[in-house]
Amino acid sequence: MAAEPLIRVRNLRYRYEDGTLALDGLSFELYPGETVAVLGPNGSGKTTFVLHLNGLLRGEGEIIVCGLRIEKGNLEEIRRRVGLLFQDPDEQLFMPTVLEDVAFALLCRGMDPAEAERRARAALAQVGLEGAASRPPYHLSAGEKRRAALAAVLASQPEILVLDEPTTYLDPPARRELITLLGALPQAKLIVTHDADFAAAIADRAVFLHRGKIVAEGRVSELVHRYGWTPHTSGRRER
Amino acid sequence: MHHVVLDEWGRRPGWLQKRDARVKLVALLGYLIALGTAPPLALPAAAGFGALAAAGVVLGKLPAGAVALRAALVLPIGLFLAAGLLLGGAALRAGDLLVRSYLSAVAVLVVMGTTPMAGLLRAMESLGVPRFLVVVLHFLYRYLFVLSEQAQHMRLAVRSRGLDRAGLRRCPSLWKAAGGALAVLFARSLARAEAIHRAMLARGYRGQVLWLRAARMRPGDWLFLAVALTLCAAVRVVLAHAG
Repeated sequence: MAAEPLIRVRNLRYRYEDGTLALDGLSFELYPGETVAVLGPNGSGKTTFVLHLNGLLRGEGEIIVCGLRIEKGNLEEIRRRVGLLFQDPDEQLFMPTVLEDVAFALLCRGMDPAEAERRARAALAQVGLEGAASRPPYHLSAGEKRRAALAAVLASQPEILVLDEPTTYLDPPARRELITLLGALPQAKLIVTHDADFAAAIADRAVFLHRGKIVAEGRVSELVHRYGWTPHTSGRRER
Repeated sequence: MHHVVLDEWGRRPGWLQKRDARVKLVALLGYLIALGTAPPLALPAAAGFGALAAAGVVLGKLPAGAVALRAALVLPIGLFLAAGLLLGGAALRAGDLLVRSYLSAVAVLVVMGTTPMAGLLRAMESLGVPRFLVVVLHFLYRYLFVLSEQAQHMRLAVRSRGLDRAGLRRCPSLWKAAGGALAVLFARSLARAEAIHRAMLARGYRGQVLWLRAARMRPGDWLFLAVALTLCAAVRVVLAHAG
C-alpha cells in the first residue's frame, strides 16, 4: 500500500514479570481504512499486543501510531487517537450512568461539560443507545453494554479502533448488530477475535499470532483453514 | 442481570423522584438533626416525625409495607443498644431509642429509594463530601453487582457438584474449600480492579474522576427544601415540647 501506515510495529518484545515471553519480535502495520483481524490460540499474545498500541504495556521495540512514537510525552494524544474496546464491558463501563461513562474520556481531556455531554449523546445515538443515557450500566443487556462501551470509545473520535474479543457474551442477533455497526464506522480497525465467522464477515485481512509472533498473514478463511485452532491451542490463559 | 429494589423505586414517577438530590440530602440531614436533638419523644412528637417520614413515602409513591419492613433491618442494632438501657432500668429511654432509630431508617430509605445512586453521589460531592470518598463509594456500588454475580456463579458451580449446606454440616473439611472459593473471589476482584484501572487509563484518566454538570435547581426543589426544613423544625420545637 502506498499510504503511510497508521500503526507501525517493529520487533516488539514483551516479557511478563513472571518471566513468560508474551511477544517475541512482533512486527505489524495497519493502514488507513483497513480492518484487520488478529487470530491465534489462547496465550499467543493477542491481548498483550493490543495493550501496547496505546501505551498500557511498554515492551522493547518500536511502535509508531499516527506518526507518533509511543513514549511518555505522547501517551495522552495516542490514547485519544487509538480507541481501545476491552473484552469485558463491565471493566470498561465504570461510571454510574451510561452518559457519564461515555463522557468520561472527554471530561478527562478537559472538554467543557456541556460540549462533552453533546458529544456523548451523539456517540450514543451513533450506536443506537440514545434512550439508555441515564441508565446505570448494570441494567444493560450484554449487547447494550458492548454498544455503550463502543460509544464511550467513539465519543473521543479516534482514528483507530482496537477491539479485543468484541463478540464475547453476545447472542447471534447482538453479534449481527455489531457487525453492521462496525462495518459502518470509517475508522481503521484492529480486531482480536476467536470468532472466525465474525472475522470473515468484517476483516479485509488477518494475521495469525503464535507464541508472540505473527506467523501468517492473509485472508481470514485461508488462515482459519490453514491453522484451525485445536493443534495450536497451548491451553495457557490469554493475557 | 441484577435489579436493586431501590433502583426500581427510584424510577417510579413520584413527585419526590423529580426533586434535586441535593435538596433531598439537606432535607434528610435536617430531619435527622431534628429527630436526634429532640428531647425524649412523647407521643405527639413521635407521631409528627412519623408523619413526616410517611409523607416522604407517599410523595415518592413507595410501597409502604416494603419500606416499613426494610427499615426494620436496623432494629436488631437498636434492640442491642436498648437492651443495655433496659438492664439499667431506663425502659422509656430504650423505647425512645428504638423509635428514633426506626424513623431515621425510614427517612434514609425514602431518600435512597427516590434518588438514583448517581444523583446521590454527585449531591454528596457538591455538599462537600470529599471526592475521594465519593469515588470509593461509587466504585463499591458499581462493582458490588458484578462481584455478587460472580459469587452466585461460584455458588452454583459448587451446588452443581452436589455440595450444599447439608454437605457442609456432614463434612466440615468442605469449609476449607469454601474458604478457597472466597480467596478465588478476592483474587478475581483484584484482577478486575487492575483491568478497570487499565480501561480508565486507556480513556485518558489522569487521577481525577470528573462528572458532567449537575442539573439546575427548579422552583419545586426550593419549595420542597423550604417546606421540609420548616416542618422538621416545627415538629422539633413545637411537638417535642408538647408532651
